[in-house]
Amino acid sequence: MTRTIIPFGPQHPVLPEPIHLMLTLDDEVITEAVPAFGFVHRGLEKLVEIRDFHQMIYVVERICGICSMLHAMCYCQGIEEMMGIETPPRARFLRVIWSELHRMHSHLLWLGLFADSFGFESLFMQFWKIREKILDIDEATTGNRIIVSVNVIGGVRKDLTLEQTRGILSELKSVETELKRLETTILNDYTVQNRTVGKGVLTAKQAYELGLVGPTLRASGVMQDARMLKYAAFDDIAFTPVVETDGDCYARCKVRFREVFQSIDLIRQAIGKLPNGEIAVKVKGRPDGEVTSRVEQPRGEVFYYIRANGTKHLERLRVRTPTFANVPALLTMLPGAGLSDVPVIVLSIDPCISCTER
Amino acid sequence: MFTMTSTILRNLLKEPATRRYPASVRPSFEAARGEIRNDIHVCTFCGVCAVKCPSQCITVDRKAADWSYDPSACVQCGVCAEVCTSGSLQQARDYRKPVRKKELVVLKGATTPPKHSDPPVTG
Ligand code: SF4
Ligand code: SF4
Repeated sequence: MTRTIIPFGPQHPVLPEPIHLMLTLDDEVITEAVPAFGFVHRGLEKLVEIRDFHQMIYVVERICGICSMLHAMCYCQGIEEMMGIETPPRARFLRVIWSELHRMHSHLLWLGLFADSFGFESLFMQFWKIREKILDIDEATTGNRIIVSVNVIGGVRKDLTLEQTRGILSELKSVETELKRLETTILNDYTVQNRTVGKGVLTAKQAYELGLVGPTLRASGVMQDARMLKYAAFDDIAFTPVVETDGDCYARCKVRFREVFQSIDLIRQAIGKLPNGEIAVKVKGRPDGEVTSRVEQPRGEVFYYIRANGTKHLERLRVRTPTFANVPALLTMLPGAGLSDVPVIVLSIDPCISCTER
Repeated sequence: MFTMTSTILRNLLKEPATRRYPASVRPSFEAARGEIRNDIHVCTFCGVCAVKCPSQCITVDRKAADWSYDPSACVQCGVCAEVCTSGSLQQARDYRKPVRKKELVVLKGATTPPKHSDPPVTG
């Protein structure tokens, strides 16, 4: 059989963002996959030279639309650690609430896109319909649907009233009911299983050695989650990572689906324990030194390296996003798969390319 | 098999989840971060908003009493309204209407501080 090379992407109906894959095929089976990036690089890290360290919060938030809150939170936690700022307990709980809301809407977005990747359009719409409720909570409490801009160095900018927390809880109740209704479809449907079970399998050893993060890693049976580092209020909240062992696309879907319910539970716990008091402390002085900061984003662990020199501009900011860590998995998962499985496998790592290229 | 049937039936019986925009518009939430508006008669041209704005889309010229802002570069973060020293800068709930051309919003205040003999300057 002759060898065929097919360019997949950067513009492809299934891809939410531009990534290019050079697929070498032997008949219908992939023998080699080479990914290429560089279509949406914006040079955001370099902006530290002209934006001061407070303004950078709004820049890092825009690295990624979907995990914006968690980028800002990771950055702020880094700077706070560097400057020795103790954030008030209420701010830490509020950060957990908004970050878990972010995880929920990100996973719901992904579940929809994933259904779309194997052609289940109506399921895609159902998930996005539910996601709309989370976005409404975000807009009602922070002022914006996605880029919530709640983090500041030293705490948060917005507070939740008692009425708002009650509103969140009742909305979450209805989100939970609606998701339960879709559970049999996404997890037990014949079509879904046919397209996902046994596709793109990664063993725990492979996943660990490739340095994968987030649900992609946890679906292979490795229990690793940056929330176990107990940042923000996670030391006061009971948390066990969601783990699956099969390591295929179905397991990754299951992990994310179960994580939505976990997030609901985490938000309930955080609201239940929400202490009263200040939401931010005054920040004096300028950061000096270097620090690394990690938080768990919907796609996995994000890593920030920050170096400052006592001026209002940072010296260096470096962001390692979860997709950057997860793309190497494609090189292992794609060879041996059929051409029709490529969209499903590529989407199963939940690629976020603007994040990766910054 | 038929795992979606109940969802489909429910959707057929319920109202649509979408709105017929722009015929039906949901009112903005109270906290929504919309358009930036400056009451130029109150503004003192201190320039704090211009310094703090992360997208650097505000320019303040103190001498000429000029406050201008580029709505297409604004990211609607609300920082400027939060730090405004005179309270003249406010963030409205509603979003800006779409425009055909990108234009700066230029607001002019009173140029020279009024002298004792002069009538008070307005506008
Ligand atoms: S809302 Fe933010 S981006 Fe817009 S003018 Fe104010 S500070 Fe600048
Ligand atoms: S901060 Fe307020 S008073 Fe000062 S220049 Fe800006 S709008 Fe005017």
